[in-house]
Amino acid sequence: MLSPLFIGQIVLTLFVFVMLLSSAAGMVYMERKVAALMQQRLGPYRVGPRGLLQPLADIIKLMFKEELRPKAADALLFALSPMIAATCAFAAFAVVPFGGDVTVFGLIPEGIRLQVADVNVAILIVFAIGSMSVYGIVLAGWSSNSKYSLLGGLRSSAQMISYELSYGLSLASVLVVGNSLSLTEIVNAQGGTWLGFIPKWFVFLQPVGFFVYMTAGIAETNRAPFDFPEAEQELVAGYHTEYSSMTFAMFFMAEYINMVTVSAVATDLFLGGWHGPFLPESWGWIWFLLKVFAILFFYVWMRWTLPRYRYDQLMRFGWKVLLPIAVINLLVTAAGVLYFGL
Amino acid sequence: MVAFALVMISFYLLGSVAVIASILVIAQRNPIYSVLLLIASFGALSGLYVLLDAPFAAAIQIIVYAGAIMVLFLFVVMLLNAPHEDTEHDLRVHPLMRVGPMGFGVVLSLVLVAELVVALSAGREPGSFSGGSTSSVAAIGRALFTEYQFAFEVTSILILVAMVGAVVLAKKESR
Repeated sequence: MLSPLFIGQIVLTLFVFVMLLSSAAGMVYMERKVAALMQQRLGPYRVGPRGLLQPLADIIKLMFKEELRPKAADALLFALSPMIAATCAFAAFAVVPFGGDVTVFGLIPEGIRLQVADVNVAILIVFAIGSMSVYGIVLAGWSSNSKYSLLGGLRSSAQMISYELSYGLSLASVLVVGNSLSLTEIVNAQGGTWLGFIPKWFVFLQPVGFFVYMTAGIAETNRAPFDFPEAEQELVAGYHTEYSSMTFAMFFMAEYINMVTVSAVATDLFLGGWHGPFLPESWGWIWFLLKVFAILFFYVWMRWTLPRYRYDQLMRFGWKVLLPIAVINLLVTAAGVLYFGL
Repeated sequence: MVAFALVMISFYLLGSVAVIASILVIAQRNPIYSVLLLIASFGALSGLYVLLDAPFAAAIQIIVYAGAIMVLFLFVVMLLNAPHEDTEHDLRVHPLMRVGPMGFGVVLSLVLVAELVVALSAGREPGSFSGGSTSSVAAIGRALFTEYQFAFEVTSILILVAMVGAVVLAKKESR
């Protein structure tokens, strides 16, 4: 029972958990630093060298804050909703592969795949868990019994339902091209090159799909310019207005982990996953990390460049622009695969 | 042996969650809790599909029912701000508590029980799926669009009709 492979699996699961936690902390630092640079400020610089320990200080501050609950709140759901948000954020990464087989310097001779669970319907699992995460936000908004929270929760559910359609259709067009629902198989289909120098990434076959996926992904993770659920100027803080201390931190963390998951799935689906030049397959995770980092940087860049849309513009864009584009893209892709057999 | 025991334990665990949650759905006074318990029941059903080696059905169950339809339910319940059903008085004058609707309910439940008894006592083997393994999405798709195409298309038309009906009913009359 206690084979090296079994221990490796357990270590891998813990590793993914810790990685996601620390990536949330790292993202907070990156967000503040990039925002500061774009606004010609210094950003955090006091705690540790170049302010690198700022996230730790923030975590300690959040832990020691007082936990508050409004009197009129629904106690059970108020406590449950941050847990739903955080659980969904962590669970979605379980089926995302982030590297090829590695032997961990020969410790595991048969090699272990850098993926917690290799499911043959991985894309659908990511999508299903993503569609569950809306409950955390909606219930937080409702159970707080506050007008700002409720408006934030309602906006969020409307937004996530609207953009989930385009999100799902862009996933469908990739699985038509990749001919599989398994993320590992889709990544493996992207190995090699065309004409010797163009990498076989699906972003070149599916540029429209990539655009739709990224746009819908920003809306699904409630990031600017689609951050209506927490539009500060209108709603104080949106669905988590009444939360404080660690319950607030759980929402905050869930948002950043969802960003990491969306970026990791985008890397697997469109950017060739862990395939890249110069490095052998077992070191492919370095490429994976670089690609995910690039997408995350793009996210932060977008947030501090574009102003927030108006709510009706967001809805109109989702239903009348993005959804038709996604449908036409799927039809064209399916027709192309049928007639040319890509 | 260990694997079999694990499957049996999971089956009874998920099955009891599904049944208990479904019963609690109609026992709640607060509609929001009813919606959430129904989601829990769907989640347990999805787990049962995984045990039946049908991960595709499990994922679709979550995406369609728990992820899309129940979000809309929750949305409606929250927007309408449905009140608690608390007083005994309300229950007595409720239209569903009259003799006619209750008699109809009794007839319906008798039909359901009779159907279940017939279906379970027939002792047939569970219908085998001609397309191959139920875990293969390609096989399911092929079967759906060839063998079961008529049922599939009729169902889509039914859903389309229901959607058009909802739009017509919800539309305000223009003068």
